[in-house]
Amino acid sequence: MLDLVALILLFPLIGTAVNGLAGKRMRKETVGYIACGAIGLSFLVSILVFCGLLLLPPEGRLFEKHLFVWIESGSFRSLAALQVDPLSTVMILTVSGVGFLIHVYSIGYMHHDKGYHRYFCYLNLFTFSMLLLVLSNNFLLMFIGWEAVGLCSYLLIGFWFEKKSASNAAKKAFVVNRVGDFGFALGVMLIFLIFHSIDFTEVFSAASHGNFETGNFAITMITLLLFMGATGKSAQIPLYTWLPDAMEGPTPVSALIHAATMVTAGVYMIARCNVLYMLSPFTMTVVASIGAATALFAASIGLVQNDIKRVLAYSTISQLGYMFLACGVGAFTAGVFHLMTHAFFKALLFLGAGSVIHALSGEQDIRKMGALKSHIPTTYKTFLVGTIAIAGIPPFAGFFSKDEILLEAFVRGNFIYWSIGAIAALFTAFYMFRLLFMTFYGESRVDHHTMEHLHESPGNMTLPLIALAGLSFVGGFLGIPGASAINHFLSPVFGGHTHAEIAGTELAGHSGHHGAWLPYLMMVVSTAIAIAGIFLAYQMYIKKPDLPKKLTDRFRFIHKLLLNKYYVDEIYDALFVNPTKKISVKILWKGVDVRIIDGSVNGIARLVGGLSNVLRLLQTGYIRNYAFYIVVGCIFIVVLAVFGK
Amino acid sequence: MITITHYLVLSAILFTVGVIGVLIRRNAIIIFMCIELMLNAVNLSFVACAHYLNSMQGQLFVFFTMTVAAAEAAVGLAIIVAVFRNKETVNIDDINIMKW
Repeated sequence: MLDLVALILLFPLIGTAVNGLAGKRMRKETVGYIACGAIGLSFLVSILVFCGLLLLPPEGRLFEKHLFVWIESGSFRSLAALQVDPLSTVMILTVSGVGFLIHVYSIGYMHHDKGYHRYFCYLNLFTFSMLLLVLSNNFLLMFIGWEAVGLCSYLLIGFWFEKKSASNAAKKAFVVNRVGDFGFALGVMLIFLIFHSIDFTEVFSAASHGNFETGNFAITMITLLLFMGATGKSAQIPLYTWLPDAMEGPTPVSALIHAATMVTAGVYMIARCNVLYMLSPFTMTVVASIGAATALFAASIGLVQNDIKRVLAYSTISQLGYMFLACGVGAFTAGVFHLMTHAFFKALLFLGAGSVIHALSGEQDIRKMGALKSHIPTTYKTFLVGTIAIAGIPPFAGFFSKDEILLEAFVRGNFIYWSIGAIAALFTAFYMFRLLFMTFYGESRVDHHTMEHLHESPGNMTLPLIALAGLSFVGGFLGIPGASAINHFLSPVFGGHTHAEIAGTELAGHSGHHGAWLPYLMMVVSTAIAIAGIFLAYQMYIKKPDLPKKLTDRFRFIHKLLLNKYYVDEIYDALFVNPTKKISVKILWKGVDVRIIDGSVNGIARLVGGLSNVLRLLQTGYIRNYAFYIVVGCIFIVVLAVFGK
Repeated sequence: MITITHYLVLSAILFTVGVIGVLIRRNAIIIFMCIELMLNAVNLSFVACAHYLNSMQGQLFVFFTMTVAAAEAAVGLAIIVAVFRNKETVNIDDINIMKW
């Protein structure tokens, strides 16, 4: 069954090709069925591969499928080969599963769009790229997937390219990602330089067999460069600015970017390279600090945003910060687990937001919503599930994964990591319920005209919502503390020392007085935090609706700072964008391009023209002159013939 | 005694007269006649050399030259007539449209 793994990549690729080449001439239904069918088949094959992997003994769960030799040059050799192990299996199941639901949803959501086939072509390609990224068995093939994901995000964010803001957002996403990818590419080159190989298995076995002492400079450089790529792709400080703007694309695309594909790539990459990261405590500190900082920073911005998708976008950045925090303290399983549960509930929330926007004929401002609960009941119920899940109320999925990250941050990291994570969790619960209350509760602020068109979304949009709501509910049970299935499943990838064991020993060692009850205390604390956030939101937006206004007036400065996202975009503009533009225009364009490049080309043309102007004087048009030249020539030849010798 | 040198000198003089005529005269018909003169100067040297070398090839070549000259006269005169009909002149200074 494992041999089928190449099919997972083949189906979306076929879907892309068919819809891209012939989609224009096909009926809309056919295009949709082909796209969904491709990803659906991919998902089925992923399940088969997963089953095949389960049949193997836990320590032997690594399968490599060599397709062909891709590049061979000197000692450099790159195979096009796929790798199936527990980590990549979790990823392909998440990507193709959530991706499939988003595809189905898109059929309804994009029904009226004239770029229907183009949309599905890109969407299939996007899924293909992400699957390639997680299935590749070496860094170079992974880099191809890495770049292809960036390309597809560009194409899909700028899907409505007639809109200036959309094409700008697409460009921003592409350029910001390029900064990170630069680091990633350098990291891969450095890996080849140090290890003389780019295969995962060879690199990791060389690294884990004690050839490098902990804190080795080269390893630190490699991991930092790779992490630079991860900050770009996974929207961490300082390269997160593209993600909030990325919601300019169609809403299902946001769901795909935020949940299944793209932003999870960075977390996956670090989890994949856990052997390298473990060798560099410095990088781990950087990863954990940036993760924690991003979690808090983005959550605080999310508190005051008024655009339904923008709130969700900042919440994604914040949740990704959690995942990096988990990876940074060495709890890779917790990071990947949160990645998976987050994929479920964030896809649900984005698709739910899409359903709300669809119902309100394109309105995205939550100040113009309210009291939608009874009008779009299915959307409301599923959105509620997603909100509870992300806020971290047991037994929904988000609770288990977030709680595990906080526990790990406390046990392996330090109190600062934990407290930042806890504050971010409080913020998360608050802003998510603020979003829920402002959208579905209270009094209606929808204008009359929109109210008339208010309608629940069609079945092909609500069914994925219900499916994702189910996943958001049960997904967490994979990682119940103490009997964590995902922990057990992933342990071969993250070394023999599963984090639970480490946690256990450390618990026993460094905190004898906490003992085994610490995890349960943590659960109670994080639940209390989530409930506190919800209660706060309830007080402010249901009980006393005038309270937010008063607070805003009271803390005008902070509110403005948060509303303008700490002015980071403005600061980046002033520091990087505008100087670059200025240098480009003044020196590179007006100087190098106009003067030197155009100058030399035009100069040659002018030189030829000038010489020709002199030469054309010979051409008088009088036959007499021409005859005279002939005679002079003849005389010259005769003289040469007679006296030349 | 008239030697080959005399013939060749005469031929050269005639040829030069022809060349100078082509170069300095303005009337197309006269230029045309000068070209004929050059051709015939060459004919003269052909014949002289043929006689001197006791070879028939030179004389044979003269026939070709005369044939070409006759054809050229027909075409050339036709062109001159055509030009005259268009421009009402055979002064070649007025016929200078063959430049850039």
